[in-house]
Amino acid sequence: MSDKTFVLDGKTIPYAEGQTIMQAAMTAGVYIPHLCYHPEFKPHGSCKLCTVKANGRQAASCTQLAQSGVVVESNTGELNDERRALLQMLFVEGNHFCPSCEQSGKCKLQATAYDLNMMSTHFDHFFPDRPVDASHSDYLLDFNRCILCSLCIRASRDVDGKNVFGLAGRGIKSHLIVNAASGQLADTDFTANDKAAQVCPVGVILKKRKGFAVPIGQRTYDLNPISAMPGVKQD
Amino acid sequence: MNTPAKRKLKVATTSLAGCFGCHMSLLDIDERLFDLLELVEFDRTPLTDIKHLGKCDIGFIEGGLCNNENVHVLREFRDNCNILIAVGACAINGGLPAQRNHLDLPTILQEVYHTSHGLAAGSDIPNDPELPLPLNKVHPLHEVVKIDYFIPGCPPSGDAIWKVLTDLLAGHEPQLGHGLMHYD
Repeated sequence: MSDKTFVLDGKTIPYAEGQTIMQAAMTAGVYIPHLCYHPEFKPHGSCKLCTVKANGRQAASCTQLAQSGVVVESNTGELNDERRALLQMLFVEGNHFCPSCEQSGKCKLQATAYDLNMMSTHFDHFFPDRPVDASHSDYLLDFNRCILCSLCIRASRDVDGKNVFGLAGRGIKSHLIVNAASGQLADTDFTANDKAAQVCPVGVILKKRKGFAVPIGQRTYDLNPISAMPGVKQD
Repeated sequence: MNTPAKRKLKVATTSLAGCFGCHMSLLDIDERLFDLLELVEFDRTPLTDIKHLGKCDIGFIEGGLCNNENVHVLREFRDNCNILIAVGACAINGGLPAQRNHLDLPTILQEVYHTSHGLAAGSDIPNDPELPLPLNKVHPLHEVVKIDYFIPGCPPSGDAIWKVLTDLLAGHEPQLGHGLMHYD
């Protein structure tokens, strides 16, 4: 019998051969929390927010292929506790001051934290020193908010064919860099039409002179929690 | 037979390195303040102007820690309150005052009192012993004492504060949920 379905939190989910658990869940309209996954790009499997239990074993659902008959758990107290701890670590490693961030209200990090009921940052804050790059005429880079999802890297490399961004350093010292001798965005061929300009899930890559355009109360995640919009694209 | 009146819970509040915005939000519960006063009585707060608190059931703290006095007040609250609530962005992650954290404190004081434009003649870094000493970095409350509950927001809305207080007074775990949960 070629029954291409698996079970996700008690619900039967159909899948096509070669689809990951995440892809099949999204197609079926079921939300699995994620930050580094984007349906238009090859999965990176690094943020680990989308970790599920497949037949009792933890796996990143954005990279794990769907298989017939597998029993997948996602929305459980245990997994959500781990996701919340991952989010708290992301919050304390960077400088995430939502009240002064243009991305507030449409930020996937913030919306995911709301959805997973993150009431505090729990850990000690690093308060790192990460200067902003305002060199480009149309775009600003605020590295304080980077969560190393690598979506801008993948978009610039795989779609724009430019390789504007990269990750440098290792482990806790990993950081986003701009591929130019000066390290400045102005010294690259990055433009507003680049896919990389549109994919940042947080508030790092920001269009200048356009901040706070949508009033509080009408922003993407003011209207609906992120879990209610499983397939929604970044605006 | 007379049932004894239920004891009112004692509540203390303070603003550390905050802007009093969270206290304004507390007042934004508007006419529900009358309901609240049926259930609680205020000990030390900026509203009663009591300077030191006695034993309290709930401590409500706005603002983070930017100087040594903030730390003393926080410890006094922790010593005297059964439940301590960190209210607002500054109490939870340092907030606006923590924007100075990537700068060196002596450099900031030097620039503000010695090298910036428009200073009066003889301007100097204040060193009156009455003044609390600034900390090298601004810290959220949970880095210094145990915090029992958090109400995020800048400020949290009156409705969010009301929800947490009434959940606690009713004896359940506070839950904000979509719409009341905000970091901005």
